[in-house]
Formats: sequence, C-alpha cells, structure tokens
Amino acid sequence: MIPASFEYHAPKTLDEALRLVERHGDEAKLLAGGHSLLPLMKLRLAAPRYVIDIGHLRGMSYIREENGQIAIGALTTHSEIEHSELLAAKCPLLPQTAAQIGDVQVRNRGTIGGSLAHADPGGDYPAAILALDAEIIAANTSGTRTIPARDFFVDMLTTQLHPGEILTQIRIAPRPPQSGTAYEKLHQPASGFAIVGVAANVLLGNGRKAIERAAIGITGLAAKAFRAEAVERALNGKTISDKVIEDASRNAAQGVEPLSDLHASGEYRREMARVFTRRAIARAIEAARGVSRGGV
Amino acid sequence: MTTRYIGKPLKRKEDPRLIQGISHYVDDLNLAGMHYAAFLRSPHAHANIRSVDLSKARHASGVVLALSGADIDGAIQPVPCAAQIPDMKSAARPVLARDRVRFVGEAVAVVVASDRYAARDALDLIEVDYEPLTPIVNPEKAIAKGATPLHAGHKDNVAFKWELEGGDLKAAFKSADKVIRQRLVNQRLIPVPIETRGVIADYQPGEGQLTVWSATQIPHLLRTQIASMLNFPETLVRVVAPEVGGGFGSKLNVYPEEALVAYLAIQLGKPVKWSESRRENFQATIHGRDQIDDVEVAVKRDGSILGLRCHVIADLGAYYQLLTPLIPTLTGLMMTGCYKIPAARMEITGVFTNKMATDAYRGAGRPEATYLIERVMDLVAAELKKDPVEVRRKNFPQPNDFPYATPTGLIYDSGDYEKALDMALKVADYKKLRQEQAKLRKEGRYMGIGVSTYVEICGMGPSSAMPAGGWESATVRVEPTGRVSVMTGSSPHGQGQETTFAQMGADVLGIDPSQFQVVHGDTSIVPYGIGTFGSRATAVGGTAVYKSLLKVKEKLAHIAAHLVGSDPERMVFADGKISAKESPKKSVAFGQAVSAAYVAKTLPADMEPGLEATTFFEPSNFTYPFGTHICVVEIDREIGDVKLVRYVAVDDCGNVLNPLLVEGQVQGGIVQSVGQALFEEAVYDEQGQLITGELMDYALPHASDLCWIETARTVTPTPVNPLGVKGVGEAGTIGATPALAGAVADALAPFGVHHVDMPFKREKIWQLMRKSSGRVQ
Ligand SMILES: Cc1cc2nc3c(=O)[nH]c(=O)nc-3n(C[C@H](O)[C@H](O)[C@H](O)COP(=O)(O)OP(=O)(O)OC[C@H]3O[C@@H](n4cnc5c(N)ncnc54)[C@H](O)[C@@H]3O)c2cc1C
Repeated sequence: MIPASFEYHAPKTLDEALRLVERHGDEAKLLAGGHSLLPLMKLRLAAPRYVIDIGHLRGMSYIREENGQIAIGALTTHSEIEHSELLAAKCPLLPQTAAQIGDVQVRNRGTIGGSLAHADPGGDYPAAILALDAEIIAANTSGTRTIPARDFFVDMLTTQLHPGEILTQIRIAPRPPQSGTAYEKLHQPASGFAIVGVAANVLLGNGRKAIERAAIGITGLAAKAFRAEAVERALNGKTISDKVIEDASRNAAQGVEPLSDLHASGEYRREMARVFTRRAIARAIEAARGVSRGGV
Repeated sequence: MTTRYIGKPLKRKEDPRLIQGISHYVDDLNLAGMHYAAFLRSPHAHANIRSVDLSKARHASGVVLALSGADIDGAIQPVPCAAQIPDMKSAARPVLARDRVRFVGEAVAVVVASDRYAARDALDLIEVDYEPLTPIVNPEKAIAKGATPLHAGHKDNVAFKWELEGGDLKAAFKSADKVIRQRLVNQRLIPVPIETRGVIADYQPGEGQLTVWSATQIPHLLRTQIASMLNFPETLVRVVAPEVGGGFGSKLNVYPEEALVAYLAIQLGKPVKWSESRRENFQATIHGRDQIDDVEVAVKRDGSILGLRCHVIADLGAYYQLLTPLIPTLTGLMMTGCYKIPAARMEITGVFTNKMATDAYRGAGRPEATYLIERVMDLVAAELKKDPVEVRRKNFPQPNDFPYATPTGLIYDSGDYEKALDMALKVADYKKLRQEQAKLRKEGRYMGIGVSTYVEICGMGPSSAMPAGGWESATVRVEPTGRVSVMTGSSPHGQGQETTFAQMGADVLGIDPSQFQVVHGDTSIVPYGIGTFGSRATAVGGTAVYKSLLKVKEKLAHIAAHLVGSDPERMVFADGKISAKESPKKSVAFGQAVSAAYVAKTLPADMEPGLEATTFFEPSNFTYPFGTHICVVEIDREIGDVKLVRYVAVDDCGNVLNPLLVEGQVQGGIVQSVGQALFEEAVYDEQGQLITGELMDYALPHASDLCWIETARTVTPTPVNPLGVKGVGEAGTIGATPALAGAVADALAPFGVHHVDMPFKREKIWQLMRKSSGRVQ
C-alpha cells in the first residue's frame, strides 16, 4: 500500500495552485481531503507525477451567505457541512446528506469539492447538489466560470472540469418557504458509499396539498448521478397522495443503465431506486409540511 | 484463600498504554541499519512460472538483495503442517513459489532495500513470465471427474478423507419417523485483525544470535519452526511477540515471511523488516471456515433425535498451513452439539483449490459444528411444527449425565444446559416475544426469533489430542524486592491475562495485583510454552500459573513459619503479611520473608535459596463451555435488510476470574458472528481473483449495525482444572451464528423459507421474499 513516487507541491495561494495545475496539466492531481485520491494512489491505480496539495489554501473553507445565496468553499469538510447551523436553517438537505457519508474519520477529512470533482458513482453529494440545482464555480488562470449542477457530471469519475481548473465554490439558493427536502440512502455495508441514494426537494402549493415543483437527484444507481426527470414530471402539479408518490417513484430508473457489482445487481438497484425515491419524496413532503424540520 | 480480586471486574492493566498508543507493535520497532523487504505476489490463481527476471530490480536504487524461489532452493524448508491425518496427501507451501503458483497472492520473489518505498518500487521492475493454467476455484468441481490436480504427483484434488462414526447409525435411521436433509454452506471468511502481520529479524554474526520479532500467537512454536526451516540452532534463535493487535487464529501459524525475513537478515547481516499490507493480509494470511455440509437427521415424531449423518466438503485452499487439515475434524468431533444423540457419522473430504489456505479462525471448526447441529434442530422443529426451544430441551443430557460421552468419542466435563436455556428464555421473555411476533406478522412485519443452545470444546487440551503439545508452562519468580514476575507460555494478544493472572497471584500471595508483572511472548525470558489459541490461556496457562504460585507460597510459608516459630501449615497470607493463625504477633511482612529467601542467612535447614517455581500443566481433558443465545431480528420487507432488534446471551464458562473481561470476550465474539451472518464473505471469482480483496469491499460489522447485547451467566465449574475455569475466547462466535441464522429463517417462515445460507445480504433476502411473495402464509 505504498504509492508510486511523485513530486509534492503545497501552494499557499489559489493563484499559485492554478499556475501549478496549468503547468502540469493531466500529469498533476489536486489533493484535497485525500480520501478518494490516496486510496487509489496506494493501490497504484493512480500514479500522478505531481501532487498539488490544496489543503493549505487559505479562505477556501467556509459556509456563508452571499448576495442572497449560500456559498460553500470547495475545501469545506463533510463534517463542517454536517454541523453547520446556517445550512441546517437554510439548506438542511446538505447536512443531512453529509451526515450519511462514510464514517467520522472520512467526514473529518473529506471535502465537498473533492467529492464533487471525483464524481464517484456512489458519492452522496451529487444527488443533493442536483436536487438543489446548485451552481459549481471553477477557476483557472484566466478566470472563473459557473457550471450548473445538471451539466456537471459527465460519466463515471468524469466531470465538466477541465485539466487546469480548480473547483472553488458551490452556490445554492436558500430553501423557499413551503419546501422540504430529504436524503434517503441504502449504503454499501463495507465502504458506506451509496448503492442508491435519493435526494428529494419539493415545493408545495395549494395549501400544501399539492406538489408545485419537485427535483429528484439520484446517485449510486448509474455511472453518474442524474436528475430523475420522469419522476419529477409525474409529481409536478399533482395533489399529494400515496398513490401519486408510489406511481411517480416507479419511474426512478427510467432510461438509465443500472450499475451491477458485488454488492448489488442492476435489478436490485433499480428496485431500490424506486423504494428510496418513494421514501425520500414522502419525507421531503413531511418536512415541507413542517412535520419535521427537513428531516434532520 | 480469600478471593479479594478473583471474580472482580478489575480494569485491564494493558489498556492505558494501548489506548494512548505508547506501546510497541512490530511495525513500531526500528533497529539501526534496518532494511525493508517487499514481496512480489502472483496475480494469477494458477500458472506455471517460466522465468523470473530480477536483473532490473537488483540494479534499482536502494536495493540490496532480490531473490526468487530458485535462488533459495533447498535453503529454506517449506511451511510446516503440524496436523496429520492418515493418508493425507502432501501439499507443503514453499516459502517462495518455484515452478508454479497456486493462489493469488502467493509470493514469487522478495526484494530488500534500504527503505520500504524503494523495496516496493523495485517490485514493479521484476519480470515474471507466467503460463496461466485453468484455475480451480469451486471445491465441488475440484473433485469432479477429470479436474486437473493442483499438485504434481496427485491423481486428483482430494487432500484427505476422514471419517468418524459412533453408535448404531443404521438402526437410528431405520427406526426414524422422519429423515430431514439439508445442505448448509459455511462461507469462507477473512480474519481481519486490526494489526496485520509483521516481522523483523536481526542477526548478530559474532554471537551467531538470530532474533525475530513477529506478530504471532505462538512465539515458542515459531522459534522451533524457524530453527527447523532454516536448519539453524534453536538455542540461538529468540522469538519475540511484542504487542500483537489481534489474531483470531490467523497468527496461530507459521508463514513463509517469518522464515524468509530471518533468512534475509542472516544473508545480509542487517536487520530486515517486513510489514504486511492490508491487501496482502487478505490474500496471503489464512482464511477461515469454508465448508459445504450435507446433513441428514433421523428423528422421532416427538422430537427426539436418533441419528445424525454429515458429509463435509472442506475447501482447504492450495496448500496446508500449520493446522489446515485439522480444523474440519473439530466439526466432526462436535457435530452432536449439546444433545444426547445416540448415533452419528461424519465424513470429511478435504479439497485443494486455487485459493489461500484455510486454518484456525476464531472457533476453528466448532462454529461450523454448532451451526450444523443448531440449524438441524431448527429444521426438525419446523418439520414437526414444534417450538425450537422444546426440541432442544427434549434432547439435552441432564446434569447427572456428566461426564457425558458423545458418540464422537468426547467426554463433556460438566454442564447444565437447561439452566442456561431457562435463564435466557427469562431474560428475553420468550413467550412475550412470540406474541409480539404473531402480532407484527398480522401487520405485515417480519420479526424472527432465533435460539441457539451450544456447547464447545476448548481449554486445549490434553497432549494426546493435540498436534504439538496440549500443556502450558508458567514460572513465578518473586524478585528480591517482593515484586512478582509471572512468565507465562501463553501469548496474550488482546485477551487480558496481564490483568487476570495478577488478580490470581494477588489472592494466592495476599499482596496487591499491582505487585505483579506478567511477562509473555519472549522466548529468551519465558520457559518453553505452547501459546494462545483454542480458549486455552486461562484454563491451561492460568492453571500453570496457579500451580507455580502455590509452590512459591508453600516455600514462603516454610520461611515465614521458620522466622516466627510456627508451623508452615498454619501460615495465612493476607494484606502483605504472612502470619500464623494462632497469634497475630507471629507475623512477618511479605517482603521480609522474600528477602530471607535471597539473603539466605535465616532459611530453614536444607532449603534452597531463591524464590521461583515453574510448572508445566497438562489438563486431563478439554473443557466444554456452553450457553444459550436468543436473537431477535426484523426484516425490511422492501429491501431485505436484516435489523438486529435484541440479542440475549447466557454463557457458562465455569468460574470467572474477571467478569469484565468475560463480558468483553462474549460481546466481541458475538459481533464477529454478526459479521459472518450478515456481511462477511471472501469471494473468489471464476478466475480465482479475490474480489473482496480490501476493506472497501469486505464488510465488517459496524457499531451501528448492532443492538445492545444483553448478557447473563450461569456458573458450572469444570473438574478438569483446579480453578474450575473453562474458557471464553471463542464461545460467543461459536454460539451466535445459529441464533442469527435461526432468527432470519424464522422471520422468513411466512414466505415458506426454512433455511438461508449466510451471509444474509439484503439482496439475497429480498430475492427470497420476492420469489415467494405470491404465497405469503
Ligand atoms: C472509507 C471511506 C468511506 C467513504 N464513504 C463515502 C460515502 O459513504 N459517501 C461518499 O460520498 N463518499 C465516501 N467516501 C469518499 C469521501 O467522501 C471523499 O472524501 C470524497 O469522495 C473526496 O473528497 P476529498 O476531499 O477526500 O478528495 P481527494 O481524495 O483529495 O480528491 C479526489 C479527487 O478530486 C480532485 N479534487 C479534489 N479537490 C478538488 C478541487 N477543489 N477542484 C478540482 N479537483 C479536485 C482530486 O484531484 C482527486 O482526483 C469514502 C471514503 C473512504 C476512504
């Protein structure tokens, strides 16, 4: 379990880090919490020539309000998100998701930027980020750009980020009144990753009797996390009933090729997507009705 | 003897240093000039080695030595196998593969470099030309007609056949009202101690002294084996087991790396360290279990069991390790469990496959036996529509049946099985549980209750029944200052004997436990011993300590009596004093009597100076702890998740030296069973690749997977040793899997399911419920 040799850099500023990644291109890997990268390097499945440790960058770990949005720095750890009071009040889905990642040690080291950039098919945040219609900010030496969550995930372990770019921030609109969220996850018993994870974000209308708009993000099921649009369509504008939720959930795996591995067959994953979608929607509605605050 | 400390929940003396991380495991030790070894391991399950080219590795920076199997040919003997079964075929594991590799992870070459990084990097420079052969992974296919033998000179892959029969089996099956048959699979497991293996060897050419530090449970046996494997004088070998971070049987062995690292240190004249990675630990340290049991039971309508017949296919892997062939035979010996079954027959076929060897893993053959007989009891109950508790109760031997002779040739020492069962039923409130279950079933919720009444064999054991000596040694030496060193041949690696042996010593000598230092795991300090396994360290090792304590006490009584002018028989040891019964004035401080033994001016005539005694204790029989476990689970209908709701364990391990430690062993043992029942399985694919090769894929139980374990105890002392203690290191693991399996099968009964093979993974349970969902009863 010893990685191949590499050259280690620990830039102090974002600019310095950006110059380094620009210079070394795809021979370089950024190191944030290291909880995805280091296991790969130790098994020599990854052997980058340059490791650029961004863990020392100042001012990249924060959760704050900015121009009516919530901004989260890329280096914010899972446990900081899990315990953030600001998020508990304005975006409970994220703490709820963070609390279900791995174990305490993983949550203390792993970062939201690293998790999103790594795009593990069983990673938890992608489902939440999708359901929240978050924006992802990426920087390179010539400036920054904003990538909508929906466009961010490209394939297994592949995102819209280009070589030379660093993910710097995640932006989320605060939860509107009458909305509710929930994250329901079936964890892989060894690693803790999601076999299926469903994040539901619903906005109620008509005196909280109907679903005005639903956003459902699903992770674990397929090579990349995705928005379950067929489920959303079946919910939008409908009066809430068990049957509506159940029927909508049947569309969870529509059009996706489920993963199949040692821990769960494609068939099982597909069925679990239905079950966990239903559970997530039901809990999100409960939260929106104020039965429990965001389910946290 | 007044028992001030024995039986009390003293906290472990070992813990502060372990918790603070200030004690030393093998990898924490560093010697000046130390070099590092790394092993190149086969990526193939089965292949011929055409050539190994080490030239590039030898020239890599930092590398001082690189060797292949050919380079050490004849210099190191293969891994020893101490277990002998009549007509078993040979399958010795070479320390480095020579012409053929037979499992993924088998060592092919070794590199030594000035640091561990250079050693690891050099492995990538070794070129091995393999000719892949068809891997033989499935044990049934391995012994099917036409399967290619793994080993040259063998005609097939049958390693041995072993049988055992007692009682009139024919008559039993003839007079049966019913015969029930079932196949039970006990899956392959990986032991996963927190500390992987590690070895450091240091050779001093001037003195000719070889010192080997190894994470082992058997330092003395290892010393003998290293000496034999290297043809090196045993007197010049010292083996040290420093802190050892768990073993569960996986370090009750002799491994290629232990001999090879010693050899490298001798060759180089430099200390050499090797630390096993987790991945190597998964691939190349022994595995456990792996049996396919085809069982048949003959029963009367009233639930009495008349006879039991079982054929076991034991997947041994590619080679024998120290005890590989012995393990399944323990399943045979214990197959009738805690029941009076008049006739039984066991046939075992040991099979070679392209996998790592199986060997002793916590319980070693006995969890398989308990699983077998307890699943049988549940199946009998289901078939006869009886309560599983009643079927068990009906077949128990009664307390006055002890010592009880089994048809498999064992003599159970002592027991009161019904007492433990009744206590467990009471703690669990079994009747109420059944009512609750009926209520929940009506609501479409699937709760299951599992009961396991077990007996196990431990305190190993008389030498006649052991491959390498069934005794243990202990030296007690009272030092001139009055402090006491206890040298034990046991080799604790988490069990806590530094605490319990001190408790015992304190009560025998009437001084404080803090005055004792229990020394273990160093062959240059401790007299030859056997080691820690088979729940023997207290029953056998503890008894040796006890006897040595008594010898020292007797000598002190003579000295004290001589000093105060009384009779040795009348001397009482308490509160740091040795006093005559008749008069409190006739008293000496403990230290004063000790001092007399060393200064040797005031000793009784003809008494030797010094204060030290050694005992080699061999028990006349094994010990047989027993108990009842009751488990309650609920299954999530939609996802197949098995949730533990309650767990009640009543264990009887005879007299208890320290209830806190017994509790810890029981809880840990049960959790290890939860691992086997719910999650764990070493999976090799058809190519013989270990696809559960790391902790990201091999699931161990987490705290969040458990429920509170409610424990209670009955106490039935053993007559086998003067302490009346039985052993408790494995009982939890032996008793628990059938309770868990029974609970799951019980929960699934409405789906027409009576047996499911472990592990009870969600998808498996979900499929079972789905398949039969049309006919939920
Ligand atoms: C035992 C274990 C259990 C786990 N269980 C779970 C789980 O249940 N759910 C879950 O979601 N995750 C789980 N994880 C993964 C964990 O959440 C990781 O922390 C996370 O996936 C990666 O974050 P990191 O900060 O550690 O990234 P790193 O490992 O440092 O980096 C990961 C990748 O992202 C790149 N990267 C990192 N930061 C940036 C950035 N700012 N911009 C661009 N690229 C960047 C790196 O170059 C690298 O390729 C588990 C990990 C372990 C070890």
